[in-house]
Amino acid sequence: MEEVKLMKGNEAMAEAAIRSGVDAYFGYPITPQSEVIEYLMHEEPFKRTGMVVLQAESELAAINMVYGAAACGKKAMTSSSSPGISLKLEGISYMAGAELPCLIANVMRGGPGLGTIQPGQSDYFQAVKGGGHGDYNLIVLAPSTVQEMADFVNLGFDLAFKYRNPVMILSDGAIGQMMEKVTLPKQKERLSNEEIIKRYGSWATTGKPESRERNIITSLNLKSELQEIHNQHLQNKFKTAEKNEVRYEQIQCEDADYILVAYGTSARISQKVVQLGREKGLKLGLLRPITLWPFPKKIISELADHTKGFLSVEMSAGQMIEDVLLAVEGKAPVAHFGRMGGMIPSPSEVLDAVEKEINKILK
Amino acid sequence: MTEEIIIAGFGGQGVLSLGKILAYSGIMQDQEVSWMPSYGPEMRGGTANVTVILSDDRINSPVLNEFDTAIILNQQSMDKFESMVKPGGLLLYDPNGISHHPKRKDIKIATIEGAKEASELNNKKTFNMVIMGAFLKIHPIVLMENVHKGLEKSLPPRHHHMIPLNEKAIKVGMEEVKVIHDYK
Amino acid sequence: MMTTAVITPEEIIKKGKIVFEKTKLMNDCTLSYCPGCGHGVAHRLVMEVVDEMGIEQDTIGVAPVGCSVLAYEFMNIDMQQAAHGRAPAVATGIKRVFPEKYVFTYQGDGDLAAIGTAETIHACNRGENIVIIFVNNGIYGMTGGQMAPTTLPGMKSSTSPYGRVVETMGYPLKITEMVATLPGVAYATRQAVHTAKLVTKTKKAIIKAFQNQKDKKGTSIIEIVSNCNSGWKMTPVESNKWLDENMLAYFPLGDIKK
Repeated sequence: MEEVKLMKGNEAMAEAAIRSGVDAYFGYPITPQSEVIEYLMHEEPFKRTGMVVLQAESELAAINMVYGAAACGKKAMTSSSSPGISLKLEGISYMAGAELPCLIANVMRGGPGLGTIQPGQSDYFQAVKGGGHGDYNLIVLAPSTVQEMADFVNLGFDLAFKYRNPVMILSDGAIGQMMEKVTLPKQKERLSNEEIIKRYGSWATTGKPESRERNIITSLNLKSELQEIHNQHLQNKFKTAEKNEVRYEQIQCEDADYILVAYGTSARISQKVVQLGREKGLKLGLLRPITLWPFPKKIISELADHTKGFLSVEMSAGQMIEDVLLAVEGKAPVAHFGRMGGMIPSPSEVLDAVEKEINKILK
Repeated sequence: MTEEIIIAGFGGQGVLSLGKILAYSGIMQDQEVSWMPSYGPEMRGGTANVTVILSDDRINSPVLNEFDTAIILNQQSMDKFESMVKPGGLLLYDPNGISHHPKRKDIKIATIEGAKEASELNNKKTFNMVIMGAFLKIHPIVLMENVHKGLEKSLPPRHHHMIPLNEKAIKVGMEEVKVIHDYK
Repeated sequence: MMTTAVITPEEIIKKGKIVFEKTKLMNDCTLSYCPGCGHGVAHRLVMEVVDEMGIEQDTIGVAPVGCSVLAYEFMNIDMQQAAHGRAPAVATGIKRVFPEKYVFTYQGDGDLAAIGTAETIHACNRGENIVIIFVNNGIYGMTGGQMAPTTLPGMKSSTSPYGRVVETMGYPLKITEMVATLPGVAYATRQAVHTAKLVTKTKKAIIKAFQNQKDKKGTSIIEIVSNCNSGWKMTPVESNKWLDENMLAYFPLGDIKK
């Protein structure tokens, strides 16, 4: 039976992990996402479903534990916040190279460096450009509600296994810490070892039976010719994902003269701005990317044909605006409004920015 | 109907749990709810605040800069949030410890002696429920039966024997709240 | 005067005369190690033990970064290659989701005792039920002979060209002794493979370590003090002699915890 609860985003994600049949969570505490591992340790899913929960000695160790478990064909995940994600990038790059499916959640805080513990969105570049070294992408999902924090766990693993690639949930401290009503998914059973061997035995290190060649999980190939072929294979995979996995939401874009583009907490604030603007007679709309990679370029390009301008609203100095600019292709002016360092913009200051930009266009 | 509320005071006054019980009560009557706390070091003894929204529709921003209701439980919060009450909105506060009283004329202002009433109930932890009663008297946005269900949901079972006392505190708050200014 | 018995090659390869056979778990490819290096023997011993215990279908190995980065090319079992120093974390991930499998890491001194110190100590401290094979040759071989955490005082390397100065470069790290103090460690031993006798002893230690894993006793770590004739800039014979006289003086052989 579906269950409605009032939960923090972090807790909803943790509970959804248990219910999605995740095999292992490896984490390390960091504000504002420590509730994930706290919740899991409290719920003891090792008793409920057999799911492994382990507090590692560092983010580095945690992501490499994910590597080990994922290479066995298991559903493995980790979560952290900005500084911790920087540490995990080594492992994430290795996993992209070794084609390992896994889920990584970044509950972003303000940076750079130790930054602040308040919400931020300044890890956008890091997330959508892969983050670590080498040519690769992550599929990046941006929840803007507690419900989506829960829903994207299952979606994330589906995509991770479909493409044998790491998937990132890019959230922020506000979505992680706030409580909302959430309908929890039904309990899915974890896959048995036999089922894992059946599904993923062609690549996963499940122990070599006589019937097959050994499986090797590695991102290394010292022969450049072969490494290039491997890279081409990865790029083809990313092209397929770009074609098939774009997700977004349009809010009152049909008749909008001016469109805000925002994700996560900024999208929630921008929804309010659309409402306030329309109350004042401004025809505003909101395009909310749900996948930040692949980015919803096509719809933005289409909207640009009959829209007077765009405002990229982000809790950063302006990162997503680069993707909006590329998508708009010069067809309309694109501006940015953002707060930094853990500051959350208020709806009225965003509305002021919108009005200023609209006035500029009218002049 | 949408009610946007800020509850602000000291950590330890039960600010966050008051917000949680309100939010759960909203869920019990099938409303959309959001509960957005200030978090971080200030929670440890400093100021704490939480934005609670109850709505019949999808909630957009969980972060607001104007509120239908501000429930103010210390001076710092009064200084910060008095100006953020929407014209025609409500400012409810406990005068205990307040030296600069609100000056707005375009809003409704009410007081509740929460700390005093809680100590008369011989349980200082009922403070936040006295405050909730005072608020619900003026803005009856949730039915008492749903508050009861909300209490059941948000309190761990080992504290369920405290529900009658909490409900008594809500009643006291309803009886003792005083509207000291009305904009009409 | 002794008479020499003449044995033809044909006679040698006759089935009945075979006295030693390469385990089927070592692939028929050329090892990437320098002639004279101890890695080949260490690889073979691990694979022989897995073979003899009949657990190859249930064994997953983790290769490090360093000379043995390509260990997975030589060992005919399912293997993963880990980022530099992270093998114990990777092995933890495997063992936690496959507790019924046998999991081992194969690491060098730079990997295990420098960049991976935290992972090593914490895997041992959690008593992860795995086997750690730690090949200590006192130098970074793969990258061309740089100073390792186990480089001896005064020993020359490309980053300590005038010898390791302990005042500024620190002392060689005895990490096996360190982790032996942890309650999670069931077995810690230091062995070597440069003489036939020592090879036999090392194999016994590896058997014990895998048996410990079977019996769920916790972490077993086997340090194998080895040579690096290329990095030490010696002939294989000289390097073995140097190992005996210098390395073993600082890193004495024997069980540290059993």
